[in-house]
Amino acid sequence: MAPAELNLTGTKVGCNQGDCGACTVLLEGRSVSSCLTLAMEAQGRPITTIEGLAPSLSELHPIQEAFVQTQAVQCGFCSAGMIMSAKHLLDHNPHPSEAEIRQGLSGNLCRCTGYTKVVEAIGVAADKLGGASAKEA
Amino acid sequence: MKTNNPQLIGQSIPRIDGPHKVTGRAIYTDDLKLPGMLYGKLLRSPYAHARIKRIDVSKARALPGVKDVIIGADTPQIKYGNWRLVPESQDELPLAVDKVRFIGDEVAAVAAIDPETAERACELIEVEYEELPAVFSVEDACAEGAPLVHDISKGNVSLVRKISYGDLEGMFQKADYVREDTFRVHAVQHAYLEPCASLAEPDEGGRITLWTSTQTPYLVQCLLASTLGIPENHVRVMKVMVGGGFGGKMELRPWEFCAAFMARRTGKPVKFTLTRVDELAFGRRRHGMTLYSKVGLSKDGKLLAKDFQVMLDGGAYNAMGPTATFLCGTFGNMAYRLPAYRYFGRHVYTNKPPASAMRGFGAPQAYFAMESQLNQAALDLGIDPIDLRIINAMEEGDVIPEVATVSSCGFKQCLEKVRAASGWDEKRKNKKPGHGLGISAFSFISGGVFNWFNTKYNFSSVEVRVYDDGTAHLFSMACDIGQGTDTVLRQILAADLGIGIDKVRLTSMDTSNTPKADLGSWGSRVTLMNGNAILDACRKIKDMLIPVMFTQFDLNQIQDIAFEDDHLFVRSNPKKRLSFAECVYKALRGRRGEPLSAHGFYTPRNRGLVSPAFSFGAQVAEVSVDEQTGLVKVDNIYTAHDCGVTINKRAVEGQLEGAIQMGLGYALHEQFAMQGGRTLNTSFLDYKMPTAQDMPPSVSLEVETYEPEGPFGAKEAGEGLAIPTAASVGHAVYEATGYRCQDLPITPEKILRALGKLK
Repeated sequence: MAPAELNLTGTKVGCNQGDCGACTVLLEGRSVSSCLTLAMEAQGRPITTIEGLAPSLSELHPIQEAFVQTQAVQCGFCSAGMIMSAKHLLDHNPHPSEAEIRQGLSGNLCRCTGYTKVVEAIGVAADKLGGASAKEA
Repeated sequence: MKTNNPQLIGQSIPRIDGPHKVTGRAIYTDDLKLPGMLYGKLLRSPYAHARIKRIDVSKARALPGVKDVIIGADTPQIKYGNWRLVPESQDELPLAVDKVRFIGDEVAAVAAIDPETAERACELIEVEYEELPAVFSVEDACAEGAPLVHDISKGNVSLVRKISYGDLEGMFQKADYVREDTFRVHAVQHAYLEPCASLAEPDEGGRITLWTSTQTPYLVQCLLASTLGIPENHVRVMKVMVGGGFGGKMELRPWEFCAAFMARRTGKPVKFTLTRVDELAFGRRRHGMTLYSKVGLSKDGKLLAKDFQVMLDGGAYNAMGPTATFLCGTFGNMAYRLPAYRYFGRHVYTNKPPASAMRGFGAPQAYFAMESQLNQAALDLGIDPIDLRIINAMEEGDVIPEVATVSSCGFKQCLEKVRAASGWDEKRKNKKPGHGLGISAFSFISGGVFNWFNTKYNFSSVEVRVYDDGTAHLFSMACDIGQGTDTVLRQILAADLGIGIDKVRLTSMDTSNTPKADLGSWGSRVTLMNGNAILDACRKIKDMLIPVMFTQFDLNQIQDIAFEDDHLFVRSNPKKRLSFAECVYKALRGRRGEPLSAHGFYTPRNRGLVSPAFSFGAQVAEVSVDEQTGLVKVDNIYTAHDCGVTINKRAVEGQLEGAIQMGLGYALHEQFAMQGGRTLNTSFLDYKMPTAQDMPPSVSLEVETYEPEGPFGAKEAGEGLAIPTAASVGHAVYEATGYRCQDLPITPEKILRALGKLK
């Protein structure tokens, strides 16, 4: 899949080999690397990209808000993928331990942050979301 | 320490670009599309060293959808390189002309209507090569009769740097303890997540606008203009968001030239986007080095002399290697008092992808040698390794001969802090088998003084405009590549003018619309240098506003005016105040409408030859080693650092946390598998950088000093932190296993071999 062809440029190509996680999107709620997903596989199934996460232009999703507040974003190239992986994690496990957060992020590479503040942001987001995301899932 | 800084200094102001980046609205170069845009592709050499005998592009040109094909012969063939001060060091051409010097050397370029057609056209280009003997190590390259990578560099040495002071032989004779070691360190890669991309648009009169993923737009502007043979002012370089750099995006690159050159030829915009394979297989990397070090100490632990000889594996071109060669020698004596020192550094060409700047610029290598050696010396002398460092540590006011005077230094406090926080004394007393603590110290520069780019402009420049709506507009060529300078520079401006940070608009990094010059984001220079340029501009703006206050309130000239909370007021009588907006309005009236604008500049002067300021730090690593598998588990990392006054606390923490990831990769995981000049691991599956699960807990301890040369007392916090991890982990592994690594990385195989469990 190539979300960029729809002018959705938030999903990034970091490796095109399925290793870096920068192109992570949700396919029917499950996180996948879009570079490894054939358009055929995705046909007729709902896809959520980073552009579809915030409720409106002026609001951020609690995960996005936490990433900004904690400075979990540096160069930002991996951020969209990180946030989509976090969304998948919190949808399925609303109160993850630190080890579970790290496991949930293990498919997303980052060269700027050392992951510290990313892990912190997801913890903050889990608190903000409370149990709400469990119900959604 | 001076502490009357504005409130905004030290605050963790969230990134200005944060909301754009988390919503996917942030635009990077590859996201850009222009009407009629063509897609570029490079054809690269499959040989490490070969003469080009014939190139036939006719089939490629005939392929439908192909709009342009170029080879070296079509171009002006003007060599380039960042060291404009030494023209003979400029050894690169955008496309090879006579021969290719590494696997991946660029030979031809295609522009076509889509990436697939461009790729197909590259496959249709016929190149006949005559393979030449090649050299793949510094030892082979320097051997008698070795093939020459560049004919003008005899013995394949492109640059030599010597430093010498003190009575070296006399001091070695005086020393009670002398040891010699040779260390080997390997190449690793920046591995920024955004692969390089460039988009060139042709403008009227053959002018070029180039959007590119760079950390040095001004350097790209100058070198692109010179290689195209057009005036500097005909090239406008802009960056959008940059997905990391770490030193890997600070030169003119062939695809920038090819995009611009073909845009001029076709009249259409041309974009190049590299793949991860391009980056890993052919991209810049950190210098592998062979480092010989001989140190002499007195029996009470005083360093007396050091003889340091380094060979840098430069790969096929100089790139930023000359700077690494210079700085490696400087880092060899930066942290400790050393009465006698000699450095002999040689930059050696090999037929491999060029090495260049990478976070630390010669320091991770030099300190790995220095710190590993000091740890061995401490053991032999029966002195605690932290004590040994305190005995020799630089202090405020110390002089680094031929380099600089250290004007702020919290080194000893850093050493004491990591000792206390890590439980160093107690844990070393109660040692557990398979477990160890290791120490490494470091110091680093806050930007460079030596003008290798030979710029005629100031090193850092800004323009500040203020308006009667109470806002300010900062124009700066400084380059945020993820480290957060767009936020920090606004913070500095807002703090000094006493206005809210939300009142500051920033135009950054457009070489046509921001003042000349700023040399870019490298050498941990931006906060100090661009910050100082901002303060210079603010001083001039204040000089325009202060007279309004004196006239308004009929003040005696001994009065002082404060700028705080969007107001100006008389410091001794805060009731006498005007809002910032009103004051600008009145000043505008007084100037009969002439806008309030000021340029600010900074070039380090009378600060020695290397850097205007020096940061210091120390790190303790705690590891467990599984003696069956040889696997090293880093249990904890404690780092204390002196980066002067912190401007943005979380941004500084982020630098440390990221540096540990890179440092651990360097120490334990990352390396290139090379065979005959070919890089075999060209994916992130095979080039192993630490994931979120590989990262240890880490403790960050700040030692705040006030750097008189820095804005609000700040100095660097970006690169120095990437230095200590290889040596601290290496020492800890020694304490745990008895294996002392002198050739990075520290792999399970090497540990098991040392333990006699592998043959």
